[in-house]
Amino acid sequence: MTIDAPPAATARGAGPALQPTLAELSRPGRGGGKVPHPPSDALDGIPTELRRASPLGLPELNEPAVIRHFVNLSQLNYSVDAGFYPLGSCTMKFNPKVNEWAARLHGFTQLHPLSPDQLAQGTLELMFDLQSELAEIGGMTAVSLQPAAGAQGELTGILMIRAYHQARGDDDRRDVIVPDSSHGTNPATASMAGARTVTVRSAPDGGVDLEVLRRALGPTTAAVMLTNPSTLGLFERRIEALLEAVHQAGALAYMDGANMNAVLGRFRPGDAGFDVMHLNLHKTFSTPHGGGGPGAGPVACADRLAAYLPGPLVVRDEAGYRLERPGERPTAIGRVRAYQGNVGVLVRAYAYLRAHGAAGLREVSEDAVLAANYLRARIGEGYQLPFGGPCKHEFVASASALRRDTGVRTLDVAKRLIDHGFHPPTIYFPLIVDECLLIEPTETESVDTLDAFAEAMLAIAREAYEDPDRVKAAPSSAPVRRLDEASAARQPRLRWSSAR
Amino acid sequence: MLGALGIDSVDVLFEDIPAAMRARDLDLPDALTELELAARLSELASRNRVDLDSFLGAGVYHHYIPAAVDQIVSRGEFYTAYTPYQPEISQGTLQTIYEYQSLIAELTGLPVVSASHYDGAAATAEAALMAVRATGRERILASRAIHRQYLDVTRTYLGDATLRLDELPTGPDGVTDLAALETALLSDAGPVAGVILGQPNAFGVLESMTDAAGLAHRAGALFIAVIEPISLAVLSTPGEYGADICAGEGQPLGIAPQYGGPYLGILATTEALMRQIPGRLVGETRDLDGRRAFVMTLRAREQDIRREKAASNICTNQALCALAATTYLATIGPHGLRDVAALGAARARELERALEAVGAPRIHAGSYLNEFCVRVPHAQQVHQALLDRGILAGLPLARWYPDDAQLSDGLLVCATETTTLGQIERFAATLREVMA
Repeated sequence: MTIDAPPAATARGAGPALQPTLAELSRPGRGGGKVPHPPSDALDGIPTELRRASPLGLPELNEPAVIRHFVNLSQLNYSVDAGFYPLGSCTMKFNPKVNEWAARLHGFTQLHPLSPDQLAQGTLELMFDLQSELAEIGGMTAVSLQPAAGAQGELTGILMIRAYHQARGDDDRRDVIVPDSSHGTNPATASMAGARTVTVRSAPDGGVDLEVLRRALGPTTAAVMLTNPSTLGLFERRIEALLEAVHQAGALAYMDGANMNAVLGRFRPGDAGFDVMHLNLHKTFSTPHGGGGPGAGPVACADRLAAYLPGPLVVRDEAGYRLERPGERPTAIGRVRAYQGNVGVLVRAYAYLRAHGAAGLREVSEDAVLAANYLRARIGEGYQLPFGGPCKHEFVASASALRRDTGVRTLDVAKRLIDHGFHPPTIYFPLIVDECLLIEPTETESVDTLDAFAEAMLAIAREAYEDPDRVKAAPSSAPVRRLDEASAARQPRLRWSSAR
Repeated sequence: MLGALGIDSVDVLFEDIPAAMRARDLDLPDALTELELAARLSELASRNRVDLDSFLGAGVYHHYIPAAVDQIVSRGEFYTAYTPYQPEISQGTLQTIYEYQSLIAELTGLPVVSASHYDGAAATAEAALMAVRATGRERILASRAIHRQYLDVTRTYLGDATLRLDELPTGPDGVTDLAALETALLSDAGPVAGVILGQPNAFGVLESMTDAAGLAHRAGALFIAVIEPISLAVLSTPGEYGADICAGEGQPLGIAPQYGGPYLGILATTEALMRQIPGRLVGETRDLDGRRAFVMTLRAREQDIRREKAASNICTNQALCALAATTYLATIGPHGLRDVAALGAARARELERALEAVGAPRIHAGSYLNEFCVRVPHAQQVHQALLDRGILAGLPLARWYPDDAQLSDGLLVCATETTTLGQIERFAATLREVMA
């Protein structure tokens, strides 16, 4: 048996090889044996005009070929399980394996989402406990586990705020204020919710400029969305005055909880006066990122917004746990997701909470913040630190001097880190810092790893002065070199051709 | 590390939190060791009842998942990676998403596919918003026979007072009333951006999608199909009947029910609407040495670049769920997928015959694939009585259509390739007993 050499599937020296596509691997007649054949008259009830006319051009492969294909593809990925992944704002901490085991338990995976409550008591109890525990961590009253991601949590929170204002006859509040350092999802959420985005400039210290915010606030302001600690990794020092100004203007305060990993057990947004927030379970609560998803973005809120949380919430009564019934909380905003949300992700987050307890969670943040400050000091030996310390769980550095002196940009530094065996940090975000690197080590890395990463960063800075072209040509050890992204966008090729 | 920073306590690093805002100790249950945790989670999982004979579908289906699927999605190289921002060390995820796009394009007949959507409901809502953006119109018409929760989510997403969603009625045969669609398209309530129908619809009945698409297009509206992916192995595709966008739930493609997620929102469209589709897209390109490689592309639609002008606030992709679907389709293959769809249809016909024989006939006359509605006097009480006897008799339709007399005694039931003839016989026999 011979297999044609697939195009472009040649390895470069040692290391993982690029792979042919499934279509290229397909050979007629391969595969089968997974499910029984149906009787020949199975589709007689379907009128011909409703049947598929075009051939079903899916690839045909046997199981060994499928497994080898995906295992070889997996080798082309960098992952937390393989190494340090200091991607700022993404909290790439280790994903405990017991969580994966738990989420795959038959009793959890096989439960149909429309099962009557009496069949779902185990998962409902887990969800009820998770609602309570996340509320406690946020200093909030109530939690909806429905949002499937942080961005969906944001949309939920802004829609709740709108419903709150409308219930008070305050229909003109349609502006959402965001700082210029915010995550792109914040303004995009505002637009999606039909609001107008007002962007306010940050102060030189990286925090929100109180005077600029005061001028932006007014009778049309619905909400202010703040990330605290901010996307620069800084605790918002003027938070008391900021929240007071927001509430004095009759607006509500939304907290983007993306950075809660820094302040567990130290700062509860609800205590501080935030009205509603989301929590990224795939960041702070250790559920894996999955190559970009799925995650989960539960929303927690204070008393005055609890009536608007999307239903059904999980409640407890004499008979046990149950989902709220339709109409039970008539002011709830509509669903943002079918069924009960990303329950498999909730199982993992629940396991993480139970493994840590209050003291353990506080330690998580202490270790995350300590690691970030330590790494910050070390990176400062070769890069600019535009803001004073201490930082929280992440920090911003800049390669602006390197660029000025050598022409080597942040992008080049990032690509060269790949040759040193590290995943690069987040680059060019937040947008307000020149040649920005946003570095988040997390609490699950050892000091040895932090040192090795710092040494690599400093070596790259030295190399930029000695041999800038070498840095600009990086990476040289990855499965591929830099890609032609411009032509990919100019002439998009988003699928293989079905003609094989 | 404290020494290197010249401090003696980590508390110093938290002094920037104003004193009045420092949290009291959290009140949470004590930490568990891994052994204790495993016991607690096993106990919770065992308290769910998943041992019943289930005929419940309504958007989420129990299918056989080949063992290869979990082996692949359990690989840490896939599940502990993040969004492929650095393509040089993310070709595994990128090629997987590209292959997913290719497979779903093949399945749906629509060439542009995004792997970013949370579930069928969110994909439907995003499709409606795409239609609004593409046409500049502000009104959506949706059949009342699309999944109720998809309608709810779409309504939430359209939320803005200027956008409206009108429901189209269905006839006694269970299909969307196309005369009513024609009237609604011409009504003075405003020009229509998009028309949404399900195939199969929420009653399991097959719609005349070609006719509905034609009516929508004649009025300048886009046509949006809500599909079930396995059915597309045997049913006419959105590409064939002229849909501009299709949305659907990808769960049947190798993803377990899990009480609601994570799932996979399928969203596909035409070349003409490529720049309107929200979410991550992966394209083919070359590296500096001319090797084929894959990269996220057309990024100018996205929130981290465009902020408030983005096509959506979507940030995640659903890469791991897309990987499950890709592995599923690669493992099951074209013949296997057709067998899954056809065997489900065959089992459903057995189910129909068995239920009719004990006095629970179908409600609608329209043709169906593997899910349908039956009339059972006192459906909700019967459903409960069957539950007590170990049978999950589908969905009582009164739960979704409380005001509809035709459906108040209805049960929505389904069969798949996992349904056995023995289960069907037991369901029918027990139903006879309960109704007597």
